Amino acid sequence: MAQPLVVKKDDDLDEEEYYSPFLGIEKGAVLQEARVFHDPQLDARRCCQVITKLLYLLNQGDTFTKVEATEVFFATTKLFQSKDAGLRRMVYLMIKELSPSADEVIIVTSSLMKDMNSKTDMYRANAIRVLCRIIDSTLLTQIERYLKQAIVDKNPVVASAALVSGIYLLQTSPEVVKRWSNEVQEAVQSRAALVQFHALALLHQIRQNDRLAVSKLVTSLTRGSVRSPLAQCLLIRYTSQVIRESSMNSQGGDRPFFDFLESCLRNKAEMVILEAARAITELNGVTSRELTPAITVLQLFLSSSKPVLRFAAVRTLNKVASTHPLAVTNCNIDMESLISDQNRSIATLAITTLLKTGNESSVDRLMKQMTNFMSDIADEFKIVVVEAIRSLCLKFPLKYRSLMNFLSNILREEGGFEYKKAIVDSIIILIRDIPDAKESGLFHLCEFIEDCEFTYMSTQILHFLGNEGPKTSDPSKYIRYIYNRVILENATVRASAVSTLAKFGALVDSLKPRIFVLLRRCLFDGDDEVRDRATLYLKLLGGEATVGETEKDVNEFLFGSFDIPLVNLETSLQNYEPSEAPFDISSVSLETKSQPLAEKKTTGKKPTGPASALSGPVPTVDASYEKLLSSIPEFAGFGKLFKSSAPVELTEAETEYSVNVVKHIYDGHVVLQYNCTNTIPEQLLEEVVVFVDASEADEFSEVATKSLRSLPYDSPGQTFVAFEKLEGVLATGKFSNILKFIVKEVDPSTGEADDDGVEDEYQLEDLEITSADYMLKVGVSNFRNAWESMDPESERVDEYGLGARESLAEAVSAVIGILGMQPCEGTDVVPSNSRSHTCLLSGVFIGNVKVLVRLSFGLSGPKEVAMKLAVRSDDPEISDKIHEIVANG
Amino acid sequence: MGEFSKESCPSVKNILLLDSEGKRVAVKYFSDDWSSNASKLAFEKSVFTKTLKTNARSEAEITLFDGYIVVYKFVQDLHFFVTAGDDENELIIANVLQGFSDSVGLLLRGDVEKRTALENLDLILLCIDEIVDGGIILETDANTIAGKVATNAVDGSAPFSEQTISQALATAREHLARSLLK
Repeated sequence: MAQPLVVKKDDDLDEEEYYSPFLGIEKGAVLQEARVFHDPQLDARRCCQVITKLLYLLNQGDTFTKVEATEVFFATTKLFQSKDAGLRRMVYLMIKELSPSADEVIIVTSSLMKDMNSKTDMYRANAIRVLCRIIDSTLLTQIERYLKQAIVDKNPVVASAALVSGIYLLQTSPEVVKRWSNEVQEAVQSRAALVQFHALALLHQIRQNDRLAVSKLVTSLTRGSVRSPLAQCLLIRYTSQVIRESSMNSQGGDRPFFDFLESCLRNKAEMVILEAARAITELNGVTSRELTPAITVLQLFLSSSKPVLRFAAVRTLNKVASTHPLAVTNCNIDMESLISDQNRSIATLAITTLLKTGNESSVDRLMKQMTNFMSDIADEFKIVVVEAIRSLCLKFPLKYRSLMNFLSNILREEGGFEYKKAIVDSIIILIRDIPDAKESGLFHLCEFIEDCEFTYMSTQILHFLGNEGPKTSDPSKYIRYIYNRVILENATVRASAVSTLAKFGALVDSLKPRIFVLLRRCLFDGDDEVRDRATLYLKLLGGEATVGETEKDVNEFLFGSFDIPLVNLETSLQNYEPSEAPFDISSVSLETKSQPLAEKKTTGKKPTGPASALSGPVPTVDASYEKLLSSIPEFAGFGKLFKSSAPVELTEAETEYSVNVVKHIYDGHVVLQYNCTNTIPEQLLEEVVVFVDASEADEFSEVATKSLRSLPYDSPGQTFVAFEKLEGVLATGKFSNILKFIVKEVDPSTGEADDDGVEDEYQLEDLEITSADYMLKVGVSNFRNAWESMDPESERVDEYGLGARESLAEAVSAVIGILGMQPCEGTDVVPSNSRSHTCLLSGVFIGNVKVLVRLSFGLSGPKEVAMKLAVRSDDPEISDKIHEIVANG
Repeated sequence: MGEFSKESCPSVKNILLLDSEGKRVAVKYFSDDWSSNASKLAFEKSVFTKTLKTNARSEAEITLFDGYIVVYKFVQDLHFFVTAGDDENELIIANVLQGFSDSVGLLLRGDVEKRTALENLDLILLCIDEIVDGGIILETDANTIAGKVATNAVDGSAPFSEQTISQALATAREHLARSLLK
């Protein structure tokens, strides 16, 4: 087209006031207009307009009342009389949007079924999609035949519509959809790209619980009959799933299907290349030889002109850099040019990747580049950068000076709470881990609280300052900053500052008189809490109060950690009835109640800062179990429930009866709670009981059984078996289980059961009670403090050779598994390629004995792992016992 | 079903078409992550403000926030967005976005702006309906999508009336080419 294009533009039109076809639209009026749907002579065009208006209202967030929706729905059904194709499309859309109730659906079923068998492909495809969205399972069986036909329909649009509807229906009526396997399998071979994609997705979901079938599917398809890029992506996902599951059992040798993944790196479609590259980088224990081809294609993407491609590549490489930094260093030059990328997400990912792969000599140069960069990115990116800097600093402690400076500089700049908190948390962690960084770090924090608008952060820093400040070379220089808080801040911060002052007074004798002067001034504070604290500390430090008779008690009171969960303390205090007996704080339970599952959203974010040390799965005594068990008279005399395990599955998924067991541990008893579900609608089970053979667990003797009277379809019930064991003995053993019951036939149409039943039994999997069952996972907030506060006399240290292990990480998780304790401060994660690792564990052993464990692992030979185990606990005997557990484990 | 999303089909969380002030032209959500209209509006607002200053005109852009990836493109005064979970393959989602913006371009015959989009809202809604069903990608090829939507217009009432489909698509492509050359 050499000829210049003259584009006519109506300038007047642009300046005209904007006109929308929906200007001033109003729900009531549109609903009135919808009356045209009832006209005997339908005006298709007019009806289309009205539907568009209705859809516009819904799209803008307007809602119809139940009555209005029903009215619109009925009116819309009239439009099936019109033969106008365009109108019919809008009718389909409208019905889906209205999501009619079951009794309304019946009205359109016949019209839609007619369309499903129409000669027009467009009608068939759309009628299927609409109908499958709105029907229930009883109606579904009526149209099942047509859907099966549609799956293998010549027209790809019709086939896809049926397949996608199948994926949707699988969630509500799996038993029906599973019957379509043959047709779906045929569709996988379709020539049409999207039919293949939809068929593969459905086939996999039908078989997803059958590992063998999925593996077969992958084996046959990786030989090359899949052409569509989307279907290829699916196949890659399923393949890596199979690899993941197979590598759990077999070790050594070539990884199955790796050739297939590698061949996908040479695919024409970029999405397939990316999917394959990502799958390779995420393989368990991926080797650098396996990584290389994937890194190479990702590196090419880094210089693409498409932002999405650059983003995808840099994001993947960033993840790889956390585990295999050396593999990514080749891309460093490309990464550096991405720091100035227009897209800030890409730039941030590039920076953090560089921070992960950088070596000691490049730190200073990177810091320089970062300073300019930080000012023009959003807070959430800054947090990512701060976290990356923190880990870099821990990696290269010698570089703490420039990194600490960087952190303090950005701490002074503008920013929101989360961002500032990330910086403060980082500085605190650096102070803890790098002794040389302590003085400068504390000084930066002091400067920060001089001008900090966040109460939470001020108190956090003051608390930290109180613990660390007195141990520095010149504690007196911090006093000014702390006392300034007493003068300038709100009551919460003032109270916190008073506590900090007291800590300095307690530890630094030379400062004591001056601290006394300052604390006395606080006695005139306007706030009760501040005055109370000042009074208490003055008495405590002056040695007058009864609580503080010895210096040790004072320090314990000031610095001791408060282990009792506040929720438990609150309940105990509420239950305390005023009487002669004083409230005894040691009676408060130390067990943390399991937290309600945090909202789904948080899963995407990683916990940051020291707070993460507290998090982690905490399976403990569930109040509902306690209540259930104490209501059963047979078990009432067993005393206090120590621990309930997570449910252990005793049956495979999707079997006739599904049974799992919860182990309840008491001091002298163990109760096994079997949760049973009957998944056969045609059966009623009665007198359900689990017969337990404890011949391989001779330290246990069965004392009681509680059977389940009846177990109807799909309503779970429990049966219990109780065992006695010696108190204080760490009894372990294996139990084999058989489910025994009387089965009665049920007529599904009436729901009535036959009078006559047949005795039957069902073999369940074995169950083990291990020493880990006697240990509660209870975390501590500051391991070092907790360790130091325990009696060194109780410490038992010994060394163990663990023999040849697959990796250090595997050895660490095996020992954690044997002990059943809570890993602290994220030490359960072993950085790859490291030759040694220290892991900190905490827990409460049966008998409420607090136990702390310090594990040091090291690689001696190529794969030989050696371990040093140090235990401290409230009871030296328990320390010995922990060693016994490890020695036997 | 935590594992479900990643192990199974690529899935789309929502498709948004907003105007240059961040107001809705047409939106469709396929996920329960946003349960109320208020939470949807809040999401749209934050997506809009976070992407406003970027230049997503010649190439589709991408951002990551709140645990979602959002791929987006601006044409005249219209902002196209497609959202997915953060572990999704970005290029698949970018493909959906391209199918969406290009097919709208074809259906509006190159005249991609808010005013025309609202005047042909029925086509836009049908177009979204043909691209994704319940989160599962139905079709990403712009010509096929536009073809499927345009088959409606056979009765003489809709804009494609006087032309056959192939003619309509040819004009549309020409318009598109012209708008790119501008």
